[in-house]
Amino acid sequence: MSMTMTEKILARAAGKESVAPGDLVMAQLDLCLGNDITAGVAIDEFEKAGFEDVFDPAKIALIPDHFTPNKDIKSAGLVKQMRQFSRKHGIVHFYDVGRVGVEHAFLPEQGLVGPGDVVLGADSHTCTYGALGAFATGAGSTDLAGAMATGEAWFRIPETHLYEFDGTLGRYVTGKDIVLFTIGQIGVDGALYKAMEFAGSAIRSLSMDSRFTICNMAIEAGGKSGIIAPDDITKAYVEGRYRGTPRYYTSDPDCRYEKIYRWKADEIPLMVAKPHLPSNTQPAAELNDINIDQVVIGSCTNGRIEDLRQAAEVLRGRKVHKDVRLIVIPATQAIWQQANDEGLFDVFIAAEAAVSAPTCGPCLGGHMGVLAEGERAVSTTNRNFVGRMGHPGSEVYLAGPYVAAASAVAGHIATPDQIGARGAGDGGAPGRGAPVAAGTPAGERGLS
Amino acid sequence: MTGVLHGRAWTFGRDIDTDLIIPARYLNMKTAEELGRYCMFDADPDFAKKVEPGDIVVAKENFGCGSSREHAPIALKGAGVSVVIAKSFARIFYRNAFNTGLPILVAPDAVDGIDEGDELTVDLAGGEIKDLTTGKTYQAEPLPPFMRELVEAGGLLPYLKQRAAAR
Repeated sequence: MSMTMTEKILARAAGKESVAPGDLVMAQLDLCLGNDITAGVAIDEFEKAGFEDVFDPAKIALIPDHFTPNKDIKSAGLVKQMRQFSRKHGIVHFYDVGRVGVEHAFLPEQGLVGPGDVVLGADSHTCTYGALGAFATGAGSTDLAGAMATGEAWFRIPETHLYEFDGTLGRYVTGKDIVLFTIGQIGVDGALYKAMEFAGSAIRSLSMDSRFTICNMAIEAGGKSGIIAPDDITKAYVEGRYRGTPRYYTSDPDCRYEKIYRWKADEIPLMVAKPHLPSNTQPAAELNDINIDQVVIGSCTNGRIEDLRQAAEVLRGRKVHKDVRLIVIPATQAIWQQANDEGLFDVFIAAEAAVSAPTCGPCLGGHMGVLAEGERAVSTTNRNFVGRMGHPGSEVYLAGPYVAAASAVAGHIATPDQIGARGAGDGGAPGRGAPVAAGTPAGERGLS
Repeated sequence: MTGVLHGRAWTFGRDIDTDLIIPARYLNMKTAEELGRYCMFDADPDFAKKVEPGDIVVAKENFGCGSSREHAPIALKGAGVSVVIAKSFARIFYRNAFNTGLPILVAPDAVDGIDEGDELTVDLAGGEIKDLTTGKTYQAEPLPPFMRELVEAGGLLPYLKQRAAAR
């Protein structure tokens, strides 16, 4: 029977020859994970239910990343509970501040997830690992408690939707633009309960970092998972890194897709999702009248080395607009080290940006850049719901690192071309970007 | 999920996300009592004060979209909400509602017919929703068999325990 790669992975984990959409299976998990927000509730449930042992201390990852370094006393208590539980049960993959990173950047980087795995995470962006050709999905704390105790979870086999992008992406267009474009087309429940498979020559041309960004946001279309067929780029990333044995699955040519979408990669512009839904998209170039107060570059969506390089490419030799705060957050310690080694921090500091330790922090209005009432941010994160980054009267515009960096310079939403980034220092483009902006009077930021 | 529930309807639109149900800034807490105080805070800061035990949330499509926080159904329960009726639920919220014992029903007709403040009774076992204000009756979609099994086992963790014991 022909199957999609998602069906093949779940059949393998359920010990079945084949599965079909709608089947319910109990699957063996290769890894389960929780963070400082979700693990506490999971540990409570685990203990309340009377479980004594975890199924395998090497297949559980407990990653304090959301409100860390601890932002307040209650958050410190949540991490303390994780730490104590980890010590008691000998959890191998508990990482504290100084060793930890934003979970969905950190676990692939450390080789803890890999192709063919089934991963259940008490975090909705667990779908990120689909970029490796894994089945990975978010669930709640009780599901994590059950997974920690038994190593199993129930899944309904999802129908698969195929999203094909053929052609060549434009300059500065990245995985973030592809996924925002997709969500804009299908809506925030356009893939509800479905596996979202991304394919086509434009997807195959992408780096792993950009692929992680795409699969990361599958949940923002309601998807159960995102997935990309492993290829040479995947293999190069996995080799020497993944601690398990990779299992490379691809979809059969005659497998059944419930829906197939085909778009031309050449036609995808630099995208922005406006408040208050990730589906509320518009090309960045059309939004120059949106003045901003803050820019955040980081998160499980766009806090990887490629993202920081893209931001630095735009910021080199320029300054952040005087009315804007730019916060750059490398997602893991290793990314931090690499960015430092490559001199990217020199660029950020010269541009007058702040660089933080790894944390989810501002993405969910936790700390390290909370917005006041009426403030507006451009952020490379994944959600722009009401109050997501702070006051319910604040606004979040989602974009990729190129647009975020260009907007930080311009003081309003802008593309790199609009601030004259192409061809360094040409200074002839519209907008009040670059060092000149330092003299721009307050309230006169739009395009000149 | 048994018994007949009785309460007033609080109506919401589509795509009610988990940041609206319980804003992330309150996720440094985890008990129903604490979280209940901030339920729906960014949609209506007074919701938790106005809602009475037994009241019913009625919403359109994709209720509970966004984060995996189990704090969302816990907050609804903590605020006193007895059941959520919607046209559809986001996937993780759906799982979490069963896992935390918050009853949820899919009933598109009821959602279209019920107005804010209507007095409702809900028979969870049969899925019958009565709007006492308008006199109309609606039928919710039956639970999928597996979800019924989970409910009968007393929730996910008892189910997994029984399964492990049977091996």
